[in-house]
Amino acid sequence: MSTEAPAIFAPRPGLLPRLADRLLRRPRMFVFLMVLPITLWLGIVYVGALIALLIQSFFSIDEFSGMVVREFTLKTYGELLRPANLDILLRTVVMAGAVTLAAAVMAFPIAYFAARYARGIWKALFYVGVMLPLWSSYLVKVYAWKLVLAKEGILNWIFAKLHLTWALDAFLGLPVIGGNSLSVSYAGTFLVFLYIWLPYMIMPLQAALVRVPPGLIEAAADLGAHPGQSFRMIILPLALPGMVAGSIFTFSLTLGDYIVPQIIGNSRLFLGQAVYLQHGTAGNIPLAAAFTVVPIVVMGLYLWGARRMGAFDAL
Amino acid sequence: MTDAVTFRGVSRHFGDVRAVDRVDLAIRDGEFFAMLGPSGSGKTTCLRLIAGFEQPTAGEIEIFGTSARGVPPYLRNVNTVFQNYALFPHMNVRDNVAFGLRVRGMGRRERHAAAEEALALVELSGFGARRAGELSGGQRQRVALARALINRPRVVLLDEPLGALDLKLREQMQEELRALQARLGLTFVLVTHDQDEALSLADRVAVFAEGRIRQLGTPAQIYRRPASRFVADFVGSSNVIPAEVAGIGAPGQWASLRPEDIRLDPAGQAARVTGRFFHGRVTKLTLELRGQRLSALIPAQQAAPEAGAEVRIAWSPEHLHLLEAEA
Repeated sequence: MSTEAPAIFAPRPGLLPRLADRLLRRPRMFVFLMVLPITLWLGIVYVGALIALLIQSFFSIDEFSGMVVREFTLKTYGELLRPANLDILLRTVVMAGAVTLAAAVMAFPIAYFAARYARGIWKALFYVGVMLPLWSSYLVKVYAWKLVLAKEGILNWIFAKLHLTWALDAFLGLPVIGGNSLSVSYAGTFLVFLYIWLPYMIMPLQAALVRVPPGLIEAAADLGAHPGQSFRMIILPLALPGMVAGSIFTFSLTLGDYIVPQIIGNSRLFLGQAVYLQHGTAGNIPLAAAFTVVPIVVMGLYLWGARRMGAFDAL
Repeated sequence: MTDAVTFRGVSRHFGDVRAVDRVDLAIRDGEFFAMLGPSGSGKTTCLRLIAGFEQPTAGEIEIFGTSARGVPPYLRNVNTVFQNYALFPHMNVRDNVAFGLRVRGMGRRERHAAAEEALALVELSGFGARRAGELSGGQRQRVALARALINRPRVVLLDEPLGALDLKLREQMQEELRALQARLGLTFVLVTHDQDEALSLADRVAVFAEGRIRQLGTPAQIYRRPASRFVADFVGSSNVIPAEVAGIGAPGQWASLRPEDIRLDPAGQAARVTGRFFHGRVTKLTLELRGQRLSALIPAQQAAPEAGAEVRIAWSPEHLHLLEAEA
């Protein structure tokens, strides 16, 4: 029986195959090599920059010379609490909160449809429909919205054709959120933020809803839960991690954005614009850094709170 | 007495597929009823029709004399033990069990007490604080059972409840299910493809194939007097042999013969052993008799012939059961 095949084959020839075969027998080494580049990137470039930023925020600026004084002080953080700056923080956080809430409400039915009912071509259409806006330039989209929302814009024209101009005017007449036209009001800023960040809410929410077994909803109905109760007690808690993931995107992206409020909205500053101004025009890098620390702290608090409320229990 | 569940000419079609096709059925109050059949035979769809997850395409379903037409699951006093248990992953065992009471608006303290009671019923006292994910398959099965029983439903539906359990656990759970049903006096409807399970647990069994009931009767009737070749073959893997070989009936007819009713007998007919499989209590022989394949179960005490051997086999005529022509 000399023609029998060997029970164990000879090692593969060549340097690379040999190296690969060797590496696979050392799982620790393999994992180490895999995570090394990203660890270096995150550890040095990203965390390093963050630490540099944190340090900057504890410096201050000499008001006469405009030079950064490299001495530890909380003076810069104190400046954040000045009414003008506090306004900026409050305005930004409220806007981010409103955008996040609205995005969650709007995204849910879309994500639910995609996760539960869409099949074949409808599923493809869903993905394309949600992702398509992300393929075009952010600036183009924002300027397009400017055209939609402007006083001579498409929306005004539609309202006029429907003889509903009075309704739009009444809305714009509302204090705080209204304004001369939608393109120079908080309502306009809100609409554009909502549009721009909505995909970032839909995708994680859809991913979470796909993982809710339909059997659980049947089980809830079987045990006597009417549709509202099934939604509240089963679907919502199980989709919550996805919703929190989405809200991290919508919330933090709105907190940091400085372009949308510059193009659409009134001239009141948002946090991102303040950072941009302090850093560029004013040259007050410590204050810019202190402003930047705020979203990080807010997000930290938000996640901590979400965790405390059991948002990640279903993970 | 009103029947628990009545099917009158019930059909459920999915496009061209007739999952359930003109089924008539009456499940009595307080009985343990089994729906037995291969996968795709319509038994699970029947269960889902009773639960309310499906509505019949045609026909009428009554639950305790009341029409169930258009009634959603949450308005039916019927609870289900699901095949994969369908426990809520974000709740602990106690909240899972108490869910049915929670949606009915019962206060926290009361429903937790009721949940503890239900858990005691399935011998899971003290497991209330655990997560469903921390339980073994058998324990999850018990939680699903407790959850289905806590609403005191009029009918309990069990969809292949023991399918995922290993043999030993399955046998133990079968005994417990039977005892629980007897104790509570509730109507149990069990869907299974395991004929042993159906025969050993149920008061009556309906054998399903291709959306229709092929035979309905007590386990003994089904096993001893199968109505058709399909039932004979599916329940207990009977030998279905032509009348000429069996020695009864007219040519063209078929008879069923249980493998355990074939014995080795020097005075019998000559057959050839084609295979031998040791099963512990019995040895299974596959035989060829006048061109006909047969299987026989020989008690372990007896010496079984090797594969390839020539043997003589015989059976008593009273063990033969003549089958009616296939519908």
